Amino acid sequence: MNFNATLIGQSITFIFFVWFCMKFVWPPIMNALDTRKKQIADGLAAADRGKHELELAARKAGDNMRDAKAQAAEVLAQAEKRAAQIIEEAKQAAKEEGDRQLAAAQANIEQEANRARESLREQVAALAVAGAEKILRREVNAQTHADLLSQLKAEL
Amino acid sequence: MATEYASSGEYIKHHLQNLTYGQHADGTWGFAHGAAEAKAMGFWAINVDSMAFAIGLGILFLFLFRMAAKKATAGVPSGLQNFVEWIVEFVDGSVRGSFSHQNALVAPLALTVFMWVFLMNLMDLFPVDWLPFVASASGLPHLKIVPSTDPNVTFGMSLSVFVLVLFYSVKMKGAGGFFSELAFQPFPKFLFPVNLLLEGVGLIAKPISLALRLFGNMYAGEMIFILIALMFGGNWLLAVFGGTLQWAWAVFHILIITLQAFIFMTLTIVYLDMAHAEHH
Repeated sequence: MNFNATLIGQSITFIFFVWFCMKFVWPPIMNALDTRKKQIADGLAAADRGKHELELAARKAGDNMRDAKAQAAEVLAQAEKRAAQIIEEAKQAAKEEGDRQLAAAQANIEQEANRARESLREQVAALAVAGAEKILRREVNAQTHADLLSQLKAEL
Repeated sequence: MATEYASSGEYIKHHLQNLTYGQHADGTWGFAHGAAEAKAMGFWAINVDSMAFAIGLGILFLFLFRMAAKKATAGVPSGLQNFVEWIVEFVDGSVRGSFSHQNALVAPLALTVFMWVFLMNLMDLFPVDWLPFVASASGLPHLKIVPSTDPNVTFGMSLSVFVLVLFYSVKMKGAGGFFSELAFQPFPKFLFPVNLLLEGVGLIAKPISLALRLFGNMYAGEMIFILIALMFGGNWLLAVFGGTLQWAWAVFHILIITLQAFIFMTLTIVYLDMAHAEHH
């Protein structure tokens, strides 16, 4: 082993290299590594957050769906109720109309019957008078007994 | 290629000699031819090959990582950035695991140590004769391409780490605190000379063991490559056997060079952690 000034030269070189490495090599690389580490951590956190948000959105969509279904069912029920009501009303109206027409017909019939009865009565009265005239040909004056005849007519 | 040398001993010696530049005994400056001349140059000589490869590899490391750092984005990483981030995260994980204090210096220091030592060790996988052959063809007397087989290089790093350990020990605990850590434990206070001796040896052992472990492993590994390369000078059967051995040893060495770089880095982190830690 032969020591000479190489020892000093090597020491100086070593110190210079370490200085250079410390100044220009280590910091940028560590910086990049740290930044990447942080980016990856952020990315993972974002992915987690995204997953969570997706879950929330899915839950919300489900809720909305359920609400919509409930609403639709309600609308349907209401529509059915309304339809039933309309049918009921129509039935009612028809019934009323029928009743009315029935009543009118009955009234008509009544009227006709009355009229028939009236004419019948007139005819009976006329027949009765005619009969009576025939029986009482001489004694009965139509003029003198007119009020008697109309009284009789009214009683028939 | 061992046939170019007078003996296998000379071949080994030649491969273990750094390209040293310094002042010759006669006062002129130039490259040393042989170990004796290099030794005669004394302390004020420099191993040009070690320095050149160490600096070159260090610049390669910093260049690659700086390129990745400049383009580093938080987006999807690709190619180089991916590779660099992989290493940076590995080093960062090691620092987080072993270093429990706040210090912006430690992680870049650990990264530099790991990558630089790894690249310097990686030169060991070059077949031992390739680059020295090119060098001798271009007139250089020696060339040792693995800087971490030069104790100057490993000690240069470990002593720098040691200076940091001393600096942070004093900074975090104060001079008194650091001294009491050395002097007043593990035995009671009145035995402080014994404590000081024990702890002092422990302290000094840190940089020495750090440097020698790396140097020893790489030197031994290089030596085995050289010994295997000697076989290529024999007959073809020996050469084939040597080739197989060299391949096997290189594969095994991939593990060793990575492991040594990792150990150097981990111990650097641990020593600095100890320097920051308060003893109670």
